[in-house]
Parts: sequence; structure tokens; C-alpha cells
Amino acid sequence: MDGITFELLGLQLFTGLALGAIYVLLAVGLSLIFGMLTVVNFAHGAFFMVGAYAGFSVYRVLPNFWVCLVFVPLATGTLGMLAERVLVRPLYGRGLDYPLLLTFGLAYVMVELVRIGFGKQGFPFDTPALLQGSADIGVGQFPLYRLFVIGVTALVLGGLWFFIEKTSFGLIVRAGARDPHIVRILGIDVGRVWLLVFGLGTGIAGLGGFLAAPMQGISPEMGAPVLIVAFVVTVVGGMGSLVGAVAAGLLVGVVESLAVLFFPEAAKVSMFVIMALVLLVRPQGLFGRAGLMN
Amino acid sequence: MKIRIPTHNAALWLATALASILAAPGALAQAPVGTIKIGLPVPLTGPYGAEAKDQVRNAELAIKEFNDAGGLAGRKAELLVRDDKLNPGEAAARALELIEKDHVNFIVGALSASTQLAINNVTRQRKVLYISISQSDAINEAADFSRYTFHEALNPQMTTQAVGRYVFKKGMRIAFLTADYAYGHEMTRGFTRVAQEVGAQVVGELKHPLGAADYSTFLPRLQALKPDVIVFNNFGRDNQISIRQAGDFGMKKSMAFVTPVLTYTSRLAAGPQVYEGVVGGSSYFWGIETSTPSAKRFNTSYRAANGTVEPSDYGSVAYSAVKSLLDAVKAAGSAETEKVVDALAALKYDTYKGAQYYRSCDHQSVQSVLVIGSNSTSGKNPADVFKVLQIVPGSTGMLRSCAELGHK
Repeated sequence: MDGITFELLGLQLFTGLALGAIYVLLAVGLSLIFGMLTVVNFAHGAFFMVGAYAGFSVYRVLPNFWVCLVFVPLATGTLGMLAERVLVRPLYGRGLDYPLLLTFGLAYVMVELVRIGFGKQGFPFDTPALLQGSADIGVGQFPLYRLFVIGVTALVLGGLWFFIEKTSFGLIVRAGARDPHIVRILGIDVGRVWLLVFGLGTGIAGLGGFLAAPMQGISPEMGAPVLIVAFVVTVVGGMGSLVGAVAAGLLVGVVESLAVLFFPEAAKVSMFVIMALVLLVRPQGLFGRAGLMN
Repeated sequence: MKIRIPTHNAALWLATALASILAAPGALAQAPVGTIKIGLPVPLTGPYGAEAKDQVRNAELAIKEFNDAGGLAGRKAELLVRDDKLNPGEAAARALELIEKDHVNFIVGALSASTQLAINNVTRQRKVLYISISQSDAINEAADFSRYTFHEALNPQMTTQAVGRYVFKKGMRIAFLTADYAYGHEMTRGFTRVAQEVGAQVVGELKHPLGAADYSTFLPRLQALKPDVIVFNNFGRDNQISIRQAGDFGMKKSMAFVTPVLTYTSRLAAGPQVYEGVVGGSSYFWGIETSTPSAKRFNTSYRAANGTVEPSDYGSVAYSAVKSLLDAVKAAGSAETEKVVDALAALKYDTYKGAQYYRSCDHQSVQSVLVIGSNSTSGKNPADVFKVLQIVPGSTGMLRSCAELGHK
């Protein structure tokens, strides 16, 4: 396409990075749960959707965006922990496909329950007044709210990194991921660790859903495309690698955005092309440990 | 274990059994001629579920009115609702089942271009009258048309003629964001034709896949085209999300937002802020009741059956289709397909929004098209979401000519 100016290229690149940051937020919870528990959480998109509805419900009673922002990850995290304790836990040690099928079914149940409770039609969710409008980022106008979401994503990632790498509880989490038997022998309740990690992963999924509400509204089906994006990013980055999720999310976002300039029809397909290439050349993903799936 | 029948109930048992045996042959013999059965395959599950539900409510209303008025000399009508899941294969299977197993007299339904063509394929082979209630240009064309095919909904051609002529001016720059499937392509084709006719310039089009959740990467490219008007040729949730995000990117400041079909359900789902200033087309808005007597009658009847809610645009098309079909049955004095086809093709009807009739070559319903704008705030009445900017009266001039469609 002609007419590609420096400003357009810059804005397109930035839009891609911003979209990539949102993709990272979508993928990180899935990646965390897989990396630590080797559970492929197919209900990830459903928790994302539940997060949006939880925020919406609280907002109707107490119209304060910031209160919802704190409440939503706690609520979906608690729901996630409940699901882990009651449904997922009995399946540990039975192979990857058991929890995969279980969470697959759980996703359907959650979506259907929301349909019954809230109806099939979507609901509007307006951007909080403080974050409406756009800001000049040097190459053009960019929505304030998206900048805010990037900031939240950075905070979540920073917090996660600190928690896993710098705290003693994080040390147990990492040890539990490597060798749960030894950790158990050392007298640590691994089940409690896994419960918390599952809650953390689903809580981040719910937070992502709530943050997405002002960008796309809310509907029972809003989690479906999210699950696909989260999987692609996780696979490209390497199952269970947080650094991988960040790198892959940004890569997928930027490639998708630049594809719009040169070959718009291929924009949404581009992420699958990247995934196919990565799987061919480096099956464990960009930053993945080989053999985690065995 | 012994099965024990309480003795004092034995007589009742026997009597009931006897009665049902005696009644059965009569019921069997009466069923095929007794009720007039209309099949309604619509996508109850899936992204258009809310619209489909209102289609059912509206079709039921038309059936109820027919039955309350005595039916066809005492013969009552019955609606058989099926879920086509917005899937052409499923829609064809449900249509076939309705014909072969349930022995319906007629079929009304569909809410996408592809499902209606799938149903039409089944009905025309089996010579069953079918009224489509969803937008499509293809169904008018000779390749898909049959004597048994009727199209009550608007088609993209007439929608874009009405909306395009209202918005486009000579020298304007027009850009499209288009959903990459039949609906989007037909809308783009229609708008491009209007642009050429009025001397506006189409500066570019970006196509997005159906069901996308993020449009941000398309927006800088569209802004760089510097259009005066951006047209969102997509539907349902795609339409809500893309318009919302384009607004977030500040694009409303420099260009007008237009969408071919501005639906009542989308506007309610996305809210006033998202659709502020957006102009689009519609088959119906309940607010025209102040100037249209048949709309007043229809709305009153709908409210009586459904409480305080108002009928939606796509829902009311289902009402009109079933209502006019049953009018044709009355006019024909029979539910026999060939007679009803002739009666419906000749019918002049005003079911809910003014005069309508089916053009003889393609059975497209010639009808008015509304150009509407979204109200910026929810007023006293939360259903009062649109203002009617123009009512374009129905005329064959808005349609492609019979020759262009391939009809002889």
C-alpha cells in the first residue's frame, strides 16, 4: 500500500506494542498455571469473561472503577482456587489430558451459567471518565485507556517477577514446579502452593477481562478469542516461561500491526504463522524448557 | 417385584386408556389439515442469540393474532421454532427436518446471509414456500431464486442506496472497514456504487476477519487515509467493538461514522457513548409510530404480549413475514403451497411500517428504508435510542434491475 509515512509507521508500531502488552496480560495467567502445575487451563477464557461480569456487577452497585479493579482479581482468583480445590486437584498425577478436558468442560459450564444469569445480549461498559480521550505520543493520538492498561500489565508482571524470584514463597513455588516430591519430603504442603498459583493465574485472567470491558464491552462469548490468543502467545514464548510470554506477546502484537500496513487480510493470521514457524524450528518455544510436556 | 395398581384407580385407568385409543385415530387424521404449521429456524445460540429471541417473540405474536381472529375458517396456525446455531449445515438440516418430519406448510427464518441461502436451497428443491428475514443480495439473484423464495428483509443494495445517498456528497472521501464475508462485501459493493453515482471518492478499504475482538491495528492505517466518512461494514458485536475502539482513538473528531445497519440490539448492548453521532440504516424503529398507524397498532400489540419492551428491527421483520404469509393464506383461502405463493406474490400489505409488496421477478419486498442516528443520551425512556433522520419510501428504483439480477 502506498502512502506509508514515518508517522504512520511509528503509530502502527506503537499500536502493535500496545496490543502486544494486552496479549501478554491475557497469556501470563495461562503460562503461570502451566509452568508451575503443568495444567493446561482451558477455562482461562471463561475466567477472563467472569472477571468482566464480576466487575460489571460490582460497578452496578458501587460505581467506582478502582474498587472494581481491586475486587475483580480477588473474586476470580477465589473462584479459581475453588475450582482447583474441588475439581482439578483430584486429577493431579493423571497426565495432561485429564485437567485439560475438565477445564474445557468447566469453560462451557461457566459461559452457560453467565448466559442464564445475565442473558445472551452484551452490556455496555464505559471507560472511566479519568481515562477517556487520547494523548499525543509524538507520532499521533493514542487512547489514554490503552496506555493505562499497558501500565497495569507492567505492574502485574513486575509483581509476579518479584513474588516468584525474590520471596521465599516464590522459591517454594519454583521448587514445587521442578520436583514436587522432594518439596513434599522437606515437609512443605505442595497442595497449598498449587492452590495459590491457580488462584493467581485465574485472578490475572479475571483482571484482564475487566480491563478489556471498556475496550470491547462485555458478553458471555468474549473469552473465546482470548483463549486462542493466550495459547498462541504461550506456545510461541515457551510453555511456562514468563519472559517468553512477554517476548511472544509483544512479537505477535507488532507483527500483526505491521501486517496491516502491507497485507491487511493476513493480519489476524500472522500470529498462527509465527506459531507454526516457532513450532517447526524450536518446538519448546522461544524461552521454553525442552521436555516440559513429557 | 409385583406391579401393583391401586384398585380404586383401576376403573379410571381403564377409562383413560379406552378414551385415548378412541381419540387417537381422529387426532391422527386431523393433524395434517388441522393446523397450519410454520417452521422458524433462527440462531438461538451464538452471537446473534438476542436478535433471534426477538424474532421468535415477533413470529409468535403474528401467529397469536391470526389464531385470535379465528384462523383460516377455524384452522389455527402453529409455530415450530428450531435453532440453526448460525451454521449453514445446521440450518439446512433443521429445514429438511421441518419439511420431512414435522410436515410444515411454510418456512420463515434465518439471520445470516449464509444460513438463508442454505435453507433456500432445501426449500426450493422441495417446493416449500420460504420467506427469508435477513439481509442478502445473493438471494435476489437468478441463480438462487425460485418461485418459492421470498425476501421480506431489506437487502444490502437498498440499504446502501438509502444510507449512502443521505450521507455521501460530491467530492467526499470514503473509507471502509469491512467484515470479510458476504454481508460486508455486499455492503461495500452497494456503497461503492452510490459513491460513484454521487461523485464521492472511495479512498480505501480494510477487511477484518469475522468475530475480531481488537481493531486497534487497523485504525492508524484508516486514519492515514484521511477520509471524511468511515463506513463500518460489519454487524453485531464486531460492529459494536470496532466503532467503540475507533471512537477511543479519537477518530470521531475528524470523520463521520456510518454503518449500513444500525441495530436496536447493538445500540442497547453498547450504550449511548459508543454510538454517539453514528448514522445508519434500519428496516424499522418503533419510534415511527407517531406518524405510521400500522406501527402504532403493531407496537401496541407487541407490548401487550411482552410487557414494556419495544420490538427490535430484526425481530419485527419476523412479525411482518409471518403476518403477511398468513394474510396470503387467508387471501388464498387455503394453505396449499402453490395457491399461497400466488397470493403472497400478489399481496399488497401494510403489517407494521407502511405499504409493502413483493416485486414479481425476484420476490424482494419493496419497502421503506429508515436512515437513523443514535441519540447521544438515554432519555426518559431507555428504549428511545434513535432519531429518524429520513424515511426513504420504498421503490423499485432502489433495487438492482431484474435484468441485472439475471431474471428474464
